Amino acid sequence: MGVLDKLTILSDAAKYDVACTSSGVERKGEAGSLGNTLKGGICHSFSADGRCIALLKVLLSNACVYDCNYCVNRRSNDVKRATFIPTELAELMIGFYRRNYIEGLFLSSAVVKNPDYTCEQMIETLSLIRNHYRFRGYIHVKAIPGADDRLLTALGLLADRMSINLELPSHDSLKLLAPDKSRESILQPMGKIKLGINENKTDIVRYRNAPKFVPAGQSTQMIIGATPETDYQIINLSAALYKKYDLKRVFYSAYMPVVESRNLPALDTKPQLLREHRLYQADWLLRFYHFDAAELLDEKNPNFNPLIDPKCNWALNNYDEFPIEVNTAPYETLLRVPGLGVKSAEKIMRARRLTTLDFDDLKKMGVVLKRAQYFLTCKGRAMLGLPNNPESILWGLLSQRSAEMARSAEQLSIFHMDSNGEELVKCLTGQI
Amino acid sequence: MSYRTDIAYLYDGTFHGLLCCVHESYYKKELPFAIYNYEEEQETLFTPKEILTDPDVAGRVETSIVNKISKDALQLVYLCFLSSMKGRELAILHFLRLGYKVGSPVIDMLTHDAVAKVTNAVRNVQGEAHVYKGFLRFSEFDGALAAVFEPKNFILPIVAPHFCDRMPDEHFLIYDKTHKHAFIQQNGEKSLIPIDNLELPEACTEEKMYRELWKRFYDTIAIEGRKNPKLRMGNLPKRFWSHLTEFTETKTTM
Ligand code: SF4
Repeated sequence: MGVLDKLTILSDAAKYDVACTSSGVERKGEAGSLGNTLKGGICHSFSADGRCIALLKVLLSNACVYDCNYCVNRRSNDVKRATFIPTELAELMIGFYRRNYIEGLFLSSAVVKNPDYTCEQMIETLSLIRNHYRFRGYIHVKAIPGADDRLLTALGLLADRMSINLELPSHDSLKLLAPDKSRESILQPMGKIKLGINENKTDIVRYRNAPKFVPAGQSTQMIIGATPETDYQIINLSAALYKKYDLKRVFYSAYMPVVESRNLPALDTKPQLLREHRLYQADWLLRFYHFDAAELLDEKNPNFNPLIDPKCNWALNNYDEFPIEVNTAPYETLLRVPGLGVKSAEKIMRARRLTTLDFDDLKKMGVVLKRAQYFLTCKGRAMLGLPNNPESILWGLLSQRSAEMARSAEQLSIFHMDSNGEELVKCLTGQI
Repeated sequence: MSYRTDIAYLYDGTFHGLLCCVHESYYKKELPFAIYNYEEEQETLFTPKEILTDPDVAGRVETSIVNKISKDALQLVYLCFLSSMKGRELAILHFLRLGYKVGSPVIDMLTHDAVAKVTNAVRNVQGEAHVYKGFLRFSEFDGALAAVFEPKNFILPIVAPHFCDRMPDEHFLIYDKTHKHAFIQQNGEKSLIPIDNLELPEACTEEKMYRELWKRFYDTIAIEGRKNPKLRMGNLPKRFWSHLTEFTETKTTM
């Protein structure tokens, strides 16, 4: 089989993995080598679904010996199979990189023969890229659960980021849909990666040239909507993962029905894209805005409001904490205002040292007031003509589209089916 | 002190030239209502005053910016100079005059018109420079790499160092079709030169194969059930498409 056919089959099989960023590590180039990395990552293109393309995302092979229900590559599914030879993939990847098509490689694989063998093939590929081509750019690799520790370590020393997909948000769901995997077989290597990162950190202090073990940390992915977990359960799980395993990112992937199974939603089920979007937004609040999972949802309200983003939702539920004064509020409080992001909050902090700000000043500085205006005062005064009770504010906050939908009787089902629309514009970053 | 304001400047379009205008404005007590460069249409009945570029004078102005305002201010002004904003020269002059008055805090005076103008232009320049780090596409010709792009701002001086760092051993050329300049790295030498027109040779078989592979990957990686043209257009507006391999037919010239 030619490289073009392999690439087609193996990128098609990899596309449901949503992690696409090349972020998390800054590394300058070096004479005699090829490549560098930028802390914030670089998007090289955007595919027809609007998602960022930063890495050549492929499987080494899709010839799986396992049989996970939800997966296209499962043994019992009738699909074309292909496997890259390590030299083939390394050459292809370097050719793409030199042309600036990509920022690096995202390498994953189905389980070929057994986990150890699969891991060895991946190590061989990455060794070629790192040592033969002297590549210093970004590599994200998926750990193969069940592979020997020694192999996992070798893989981690060649990569910038390693991930193990949690796949499903609860133990029961995993048991039902991925009978060959257990929560433990996933969490255990996750713990080992964390340990590896920590040990390596002390090594680096001791020997400055010790090779770095996954310097951009580890991430994971969960499938949303294939199983009955609530947003509250999911977001709590994420919070725990960030704390316990030092994860850099948790990715959420709206379930796309690709295989028929009585344990899974029917094949014509629409992916819950808006829900996925809300989870990204909430995740962003956990990581950058110092929110606790318990502030966002609780047992009684276990799911996000489809109509407004989680920060607006929180602010309306805690309206007694607002409005806040732009000129005196601490930085952390500014970050909690709907519509104000890190950049706006920083600008406000800089500018107000020199002058007392009013709403016109904020506009001039490029602070977007669309949502923030309901929650702020300038020099003690609120923006003229705006409502000051949560119910009326809610209507003001809804986009015209959302408002129309909210009025319609079938709002929820419409929302879950809708895939376009402005609510999704920032879909994959979750930035609010 | 009264400043003469019924006057316009004409300069050579270089950063040093602009710094000489700043110098002139101070020492002749003039506040020009416009600063034109040689290539611009002059919308005035006055004959503008031609300011000659003197590297020594420019160097002194640079030093005075660093000493009396800050290094960050000089950087900000340089980035603003690279922008395509109309009237950027005048904005820079106003920003510097304010800076000389208040010193280093000037870059935080975000609500002041002159500062807001410069800051916004710089944000635009930096934004465009960042996306082009990803959107630039190289083709290989006989072992050397060449890329063509059409940026709005003159970002080549900021984008090129990224590629030098990324590919220290490669011979490469980046051609800015808008501003008709090329950056070249060859045998460790780097140069930025004006080039009016650039014709690239026909792509070889291997180059065509890579383009095809990339296009195939691009088409395959999208998830059918999540198609979202609006989102893509927001992230990757049409103006970038003509030089992106994934959107062009394999053709002989660029
Ligand atoms: S092990 Fe991975 S590739 Fe194999 S069936 Fe399960 S999810 Fe799919």
